[in-house]
Amino acid sequence: MNQAAMNQAAVGQAGVSKPAVSVEANAMSEPMVQVRNVTKVYERGKQKIEVLHGLTLEIPRGDFVALMGPSGSGKTTLLNLIGGLDQPTSGEITVGGRRIDRMTSGQLAQWRAHNVGFVFQFYNLMPVLSAEGNVELPLLLTKLSAAQRRKNVGVALEIVGLSDRAKHKPKELSGGQEQRVAIARALVSDPQLLVCDEPTGDLDRKTADEILGLLQVLNREHGKTIVMVTHDPKAAEFARRTLHLEKGQLLEQAA
Amino acid sequence: MTKSGFVIANLFRKRTRTILTLLSVIMAFLLFGLLQSVNTIFNSGGDFVGATRLFVQARVSFTSPLPISMLPKLEAIPGVGRVAYQQWFGGVWQENTPLIMFATDPLRYHDVYPEWVMPDAQWQAFEHTRTGMIAGKQIADQYGWKVGQKIPINSNIYPQKNGSKAWAFDLVGIFDGKDEEWKKRTNLAFIQQDYFDEANQFGIKGRTNFYILKLSDPARAEAVSKTVDAMFENSADETKTQTEKDFNISFVKQIGDIGLIVRWILFAVFFTLLLVVGNTMAQSVRERIPELAVLKTLGFSDRSVLGFVLAEAFALVLFGGLVGLLLASIAGAMVEKGTGGQFQLSLDGSVWLLGVLAIVLMSLAVGLLPALRARRLRIVDALAGR
Repeated sequence: MNQAAMNQAAVGQAGVSKPAVSVEANAMSEPMVQVRNVTKVYERGKQKIEVLHGLTLEIPRGDFVALMGPSGSGKTTLLNLIGGLDQPTSGEITVGGRRIDRMTSGQLAQWRAHNVGFVFQFYNLMPVLSAEGNVELPLLLTKLSAAQRRKNVGVALEIVGLSDRAKHKPKELSGGQEQRVAIARALVSDPQLLVCDEPTGDLDRKTADEILGLLQVLNREHGKTIVMVTHDPKAAEFARRTLHLEKGQLLEQAA
Repeated sequence: MTKSGFVIANLFRKRTRTILTLLSVIMAFLLFGLLQSVNTIFNSGGDFVGATRLFVQARVSFTSPLPISMLPKLEAIPGVGRVAYQQWFGGVWQENTPLIMFATDPLRYHDVYPEWVMPDAQWQAFEHTRTGMIAGKQIADQYGWKVGQKIPINSNIYPQKNGSKAWAFDLVGIFDGKDEEWKKRTNLAFIQQDYFDEANQFGIKGRTNFYILKLSDPARAEAVSKTVDAMFENSADETKTQTEKDFNISFVKQIGDIGLIVRWILFAVFFTLLLVVGNTMAQSVRERIPELAVLKTLGFSDRSVLGFVLAEAFALVLFGGLVGLLLASIAGAMVEKGTGGQFQLSLDGSVWLLGVLAIVLMSLAVGLLPALRARRLRIVDALAGR
């Protein structure tokens, strides 16, 4: 993939870091995500719905995991818990060495800002902002100067191959380009963990493969740990391994 | 990009809606500025006048003139220094520009109102010219009147003996105020009472609308006031005596409790504005629940998201409010200039201060509920469209 060479050139210029050692060599030496005996119960009116039942899972640093399973199996719930968007009813979740299951909403927000990048199925870009504005958004939470922010945004957009679309608003971009902007936004604050919820669910096969290829580059060359929820077995093939969930429980682990 | 840039970008996501809302805010604050100025005028009553003069008018209304024969009795009251009187003339300049114009005794008026500054020669000319008229500097400048000119003026009340309401007076003096407060009030003119008495067709000879008592001892204002009213009690011309300030207030309030009217109009205006802007803000937040959830996902705290929404409301009301007040200020100044200072609608500091306070309160009122909704938003539910 030609993109990879260009991506590598961009790495190291600014905030988006290059892994200190090869991920292959370093791979899986320490856990990035530890989920221990996690249960999640939702209350819908008087009804209680247990979505995850005592789930335990470990994802090593530098891994690229695809979470698959039928609708209602708890994939997105698990992803939300790992990304600190929600909290478990019971159990422990440790990400990057920090327990996040006991954090307050304010602590979680701060933690997310520095440690996790999110990619959604429908991109969820701010329609009023240009591509570079969208990518810069997470950096408003940092103490970086405007010049440094612009520099980091430039690098992130270069990595996803969208430097020439920096000034375009989301409605002026294709679905694939929007998702690239979303990935640049997820990358720009240099988090070690990327959580992706059906990142190619709204894209055609060719564009989906390009996006998945980009995620693969981020995993292999930039050392990002990626947890991706998908329904698509072809998408899962881009991951290092696939985990299957059914009825809130982990079924198997496939290489 | 900055956080404020983001707020402004969000504000203009629906340009037409925001512009229409802004126009309603501008209109509301334009009205607020002008009406509040009217209210200030009607309630101030002239704090500048001090407490050295009492006004005596007919108890029924000052439109019922009192006899000039009261004059020696009033002057004899202990504590009264000098007495002047004024008769409303109902002057109209050219076709339909009303003038504040009174008939008076020149010497007495000069003695009672030392605040008006005019060369002695002009005071003497006023005293000795039966068709003489003196005008305040503001009004003279506005209409380009010069001393020595004959000024044609109609009266909307009093015809001359020949039946014509067209009068003509010789401008013998132009007076100014002793300080800024009085300079601002040089929008009136005076003619000779003797000439008016002699020349008008109506049988109101020897009567005047009100007396002005200059007190030799201001501390005796209340006692003098009571003495005057007691003196004419049960007579055909019962009196009502009050300080000059109270007289000014009651004069302008004849047409109603202006303060109350203004307050009700402003209440209606701001209540409507509250609904319009409140609805805009609520709709704006409702439309982008997922976006607000994404902001939280990216790490913006609940408080930051609350701040973004409040800042949008504040920016909208602040911009519209300041433009509205500015327009009110321009319109007020134009009205003031156009009427020769008769309607002093220029916005003073207190109106601006109240305006800014209204902007802050209005921003909170329209922004707080949507902002709290945004703050309470649960990311997972919002992203799932629940």
